[in-house]
Amino acid sequence: MNVVQAVVPGARRRAAALSWRRLVRSPNLLIGCAVLVLVIGAAVFAGQIAPYNPIDEAFADQLKSPSWLHLFGTDEFGRDIFSRVLYGARIALGAGIVADGIAIVFGVFFGVVSGYFGGRVDAVIMRGVDVMLAFPYLLLAMIVVAILGPSLINAMIAIGVVYTPQFARLVRGAVLAIREQEFVEAARGLGGGAVRILGRHVLPNILSPIMVMTTLTVGFAIVETAGLSFLGLGASPPTPEWGSMLATGRSFMLTAPWIATFPGLAILVTVIGFNLVGDGLRDLLDPRLRGRGF
Amino acid sequence: MLKYIARRFVQLVPVLLGVSILVFVGIHLIPGDPAELMLGDKGTAEDLARLRHQLGLDQPIYIQYARFLAGAVQGDFGISIRTRQSAIWEIGQALPVTIQLSAAALLFAVVFGLAIGVFAARHPRSLADTGAMIGVLVGISMPVFWTGILLLLVFGGLLGWLPIGSLLDQGMAWHHVTGMPLVDGVFTGNWAVARSAAWHLVLPVVTLGLASMATIARMSRSTMLEVLGLDYVRTARAKGVVERRVVSRHALRNALLPVVTLVGLQLGLLLSGAVLTETIFALPGLGRLAITSILARDYPVVEGVVLIAAAIFVLANLLVDLLYAYLDPRIRYA
Repeated sequence: MNVVQAVVPGARRRAAALSWRRLVRSPNLLIGCAVLVLVIGAAVFAGQIAPYNPIDEAFADQLKSPSWLHLFGTDEFGRDIFSRVLYGARIALGAGIVADGIAIVFGVFFGVVSGYFGGRVDAVIMRGVDVMLAFPYLLLAMIVVAILGPSLINAMIAIGVVYTPQFARLVRGAVLAIREQEFVEAARGLGGGAVRILGRHVLPNILSPIMVMTTLTVGFAIVETAGLSFLGLGASPPTPEWGSMLATGRSFMLTAPWIATFPGLAILVTVIGFNLVGDGLRDLLDPRLRGRGF
Repeated sequence: MLKYIARRFVQLVPVLLGVSILVFVGIHLIPGDPAELMLGDKGTAEDLARLRHQLGLDQPIYIQYARFLAGAVQGDFGISIRTRQSAIWEIGQALPVTIQLSAAALLFAVVFGLAIGVFAARHPRSLADTGAMIGVLVGISMPVFWTGILLLLVFGGLLGWLPIGSLLDQGMAWHHVTGMPLVDGVFTGNWAVARSAAWHLVLPVVTLGLASMATIARMSRSTMLEVLGLDYVRTARAKGVVERRVVSRHALRNALLPVVTLVGLQLGLLLSGAVLTETIFALPGLGRLAITSILARDYPVVEGVVLIAAAIFVLANLLVDLLYAYLDPRIRYA
């Protein structure tokens, strides 16, 4: 129990109630959460909801337009687009989690080390960050894919590498602000080691910006992984990945526009969901930035 | 201001050096021997050894880097494995196309983004504001490659209003001055070329600029709202200044500062988006050259493209910073 809770009984309950009220009052956050529940639901229950196997070819059903039998139509191999879009949600969310996961782990590590220890370590890490940020991000991702070899997982890793310096810079700034505060100095004065201070005092206090950045970048990580697949550097056929579905659908745009329309719509809806949640969380967790979004 | 500019230029050197090291190391980490790729299946072991010696691949890595850097400074990245042309020539052909596309997209994004942002801020919480902000959310979230495909389908395919892909109408040639057909058409007074180039640019520019436009609209709306509520704006209104003048002369100037920073950030987005846009619209630009070279493992061209793109990006960001310092003197003296 902390001091506030000891002095003011029920403070934690009231704070929770306040957060809940804010959450309910933020329609963006609510709509965003609803969209994400839908996308996550589609990914988790794809096996149960999808009426067809996403990879099985059915040449009798080639290029069928949307109907009750095939809600989103079929592609050039007779595969059901609706089923492929549902399974694609798994890959898209996986891409978001892997890419952002890599960026968080390495970005937070470098950011914390750079911000907390300062000096030469900080200078070296930050010059490295400057160099990585000097690349247009897709070109950097393309080089990483070229090194690792084109594949879906390597595309996800590449996007993670691209986002790492952004997380490192954000975390470094947050750590610099926390490092000089009295409670950290007090912990240092009491003889706390660097690892303990970082883990117990610094990290918990920089979680909000990391959380906001994570939700704001997951959507873009999904788009960019799909972009690499679209360019032929990510998923390869017949994987039901939204970007590569769009790439193949491009050739049938005039005769069967549904092939590219529905995967694109799926990407759009997912990214809107993450953007709304990211903006809502930012407003909720960082009142200074309130009103910068929608 | 001159001292500030000089300091910023000096700071660029280590960044560009770091970029060159990263590109060099990155390309060397790509599996496969460039000499083997160049020879194909035809060469003998002696041919391979001779070519490796000729390309300097048998030298220690730091000497290879020194040679690469010395070449890069002079614009010499070697010979393209794919076309046997010099890599810099290939880049020289593609670069103007990307510059024209990105510059036009940036102009589109700034003009329309500011207009939408200012309009929405002047009518906060109105139906138009809500509509604009929903549009902004969709614009930010639209993947470039899907926007391009949809625009192609609707305006190129179904309605047939605008041409699909390429720089000019089929069979049309132009006198190369800058390598940008629109600019060259205007400069040489060849209006048929200029008109055709402009017409062909519409869809790629909207595709590439949409997300940046939405981001600028969103930022300019929020800064404008903030500025319009400040005391000095209220004073201007109380003095009887016409609303249009309050917005354009008093509020917009201060609201523009964060937008300028945002434009700098958008440059990276535009250069990256150019890769996708050029692929969709079959434009022979730097992005398309990059992807073709990576897929063909044409390393000299990849090295050149990435290094030049990074240098342009860094310089453009510096330009934005200088503009920012010019607009806000507090930065210069900080």
